[in-house]
Amino acid sequence: MLNYTIRRLLLAIPTLLFIALVIFLLLELAPGDPMANVPLTVPPEVKEKMRIALGLDQPTHIRFLKWLQQFFWVEPLHMIDALFGTHWGDGMQRIISWQSRSPVMDIVWQRIPQTLWVVGLSYVLGALIAVPVGVISAYRQYSFIDQLGTFISMIGFSVPTFFTGVLMIVIFSVWLGWFPSIYDTTLVVHDWETFVKQLKQMIMPVSVLALYNAAQISRFMRASMLDNLNQDYVRTARAKGLKEKTVVLVHVLRNSMIPVVTVIALGVPQVFGGAIITEQVFKVNGLGQLLITAIQANDLPMVQTLTFIFAILIVVFNLIADILYGVLDPRIRYD
Amino acid sequence: MTDHTSDPGFEEATRPPRSQWLDVWDQFKTHKGALLGAGFFLFIVVAVVIGPWLWPIPYDAIDIRARNQGPSLAHPFGTDQLGRDTLARMLKGGQTSVAVGITAMALSLFFGTLVGVLAGYFKKLDGPLMRFTDLFLALPLLPLLLVIIMLFRDPLRAAFGPESGIFILIVFVIGITSWMQTARIVRGDVLALKEREFVLAARSIGTPDRRMITRHLLPNVLSPIMVSATLGIANAIITESALSFLGLGFPSDFPTWGRLLFDATDYLQQYPERVIWPGLAISLTVLAVNYIGDGLRDALDPRIRGR
Repeated sequence: MLNYTIRRLLLAIPTLLFIALVIFLLLELAPGDPMANVPLTVPPEVKEKMRIALGLDQPTHIRFLKWLQQFFWVEPLHMIDALFGTHWGDGMQRIISWQSRSPVMDIVWQRIPQTLWVVGLSYVLGALIAVPVGVISAYRQYSFIDQLGTFISMIGFSVPTFFTGVLMIVIFSVWLGWFPSIYDTTLVVHDWETFVKQLKQMIMPVSVLALYNAAQISRFMRASMLDNLNQDYVRTARAKGLKEKTVVLVHVLRNSMIPVVTVIALGVPQVFGGAIITEQVFKVNGLGQLLITAIQANDLPMVQTLTFIFAILIVVFNLIADILYGVLDPRIRYD
Repeated sequence: MTDHTSDPGFEEATRPPRSQWLDVWDQFKTHKGALLGAGFFLFIVVAVVIGPWLWPIPYDAIDIRARNQGPSLAHPFGTDQLGRDTLARMLKGGQTSVAVGITAMALSLFFGTLVGVLAGYFKKLDGPLMRFTDLFLALPLLPLLLVIIMLFRDPLRAAFGPESGIFILIVFVIGITSWMQTARIVRGDVLALKEREFVLAARSIGTPDRRMITRHLLPNVLSPIMVSATLGIANAIITESALSFLGLGFPSDFPTWGRLLFDATDYLQQYPERVIWPGLAISLTVLAVNYIGDGLRDALDPRIRGR
């Protein structure tokens, strides 16, 4: 298992480097000019100097290697500096956003809490709803509850989040006026009143995403439970005279969770990606919204860094899912 | 003497042979949701294909005196802020959305099947092609989709005109970012089929590789491909409307369902009912297609058939 993990980790390095190269080369084709929003009164020779200051006169491969160095060496050093008060990264050039002229990673760190709160909470909530729904659906296959669960999960992944989100805004903020339609990120929770306010503004985005995630996961849970319910060990457990509750919730559930846990791990990066739309609907200024504004403003260093962070998340969680599978199911050996 | 006509075995033998597709249809019919979904999808396709000809108001006719109207006899779905008829725009938008869905699905199926068959059939290509597929699966697709559209929107618009340029771009990016699942399924099935006796028999009479793939392998992997086709349509429609919703899809004077929804959100406070029509159209179409896929999967699986 350790061998396998190390091998996969080593394999992840060229994969990530290749993805970084693909993203870099794609952005290389971008028609946008970082000097486009510099006032026209600035003379061309000054603009040329500004371009050189940004390193745009260097050939492509140099800029790619520089970016890699900044991402993998300079930025971690600055992070350590910020955490422990050291000065290792002083004087080193960080990745600078063309849009705000501040380091990209600083903005990313500012945005992560919003994304984690809304998206992370909705994913946890979705998984927590999905597991019991899947268990009941499978245990009472073709019953009314199963049909209802199937129908709701069908709706959950057929209705796009930008429609459920907008629909919720229409119903709960326009007609009923219960919740605010725009997520206020300047809100600081310091007493009960602001806590309630925070809760109110989180309810809609979280429930939209939770419905979507629960729909996906509950299908897997149901299928996995159905696979296990007809196995011989279940008959053995019943024959031993175990209580039905023990059979289903201990024997079957634990075995059915194995593929579901990996599906949940695989879904985490997609949640960050899919949340782009939900963040846009509710105006949550998280990572997804940052990416959209960066794309619209032609802020290539920001787009490159964010896309690459998403890629890292995908590769890492794929690895976690594979390892979890091996850890949870002793029959699976990767040797 | 036994009576031949009452002998079940005899009846079985003399009955005219049933084709496989008749069996599939019989099983498909038992799935109520799938049947409803197929009916609805057919209705939508017919409506968006012939609807714009039947409905007298053109989708881009501006009638500024009749703006922001609710549903009435003249405008069953109301009008927008420029007095354009919402029903006409919905029909026209549906045309684009469904066309994008079907074309992008066809493209992704083509890529997926090609990669899957090549990887499954030719051992030498298996490793490289599957690593390539894994690489694509590790890409952050939605962000990349947005980036690609941002980069290539203007050149393609200049080359093919504003509408067809964006159409080509969107179909292409959805196609090349959604073929991986099909490729994996097809490869798995081809690998299993390759070990079967009929393939060995075909090879022993000297069937060339090309004929082997088109005559023996492709017809046998048709059922998983058909299921991925339905899921592909649903995925493409959602992706197209998501792109339009993020403002990176079709231009605003060229309606699609996603674009209409996006435009309607600007008037959410004043005319909340305006978001309902495009949203409902997208959701119901995707729901219908997903149900078709569900029914098709059951109908094409011989282990479930007849239960």
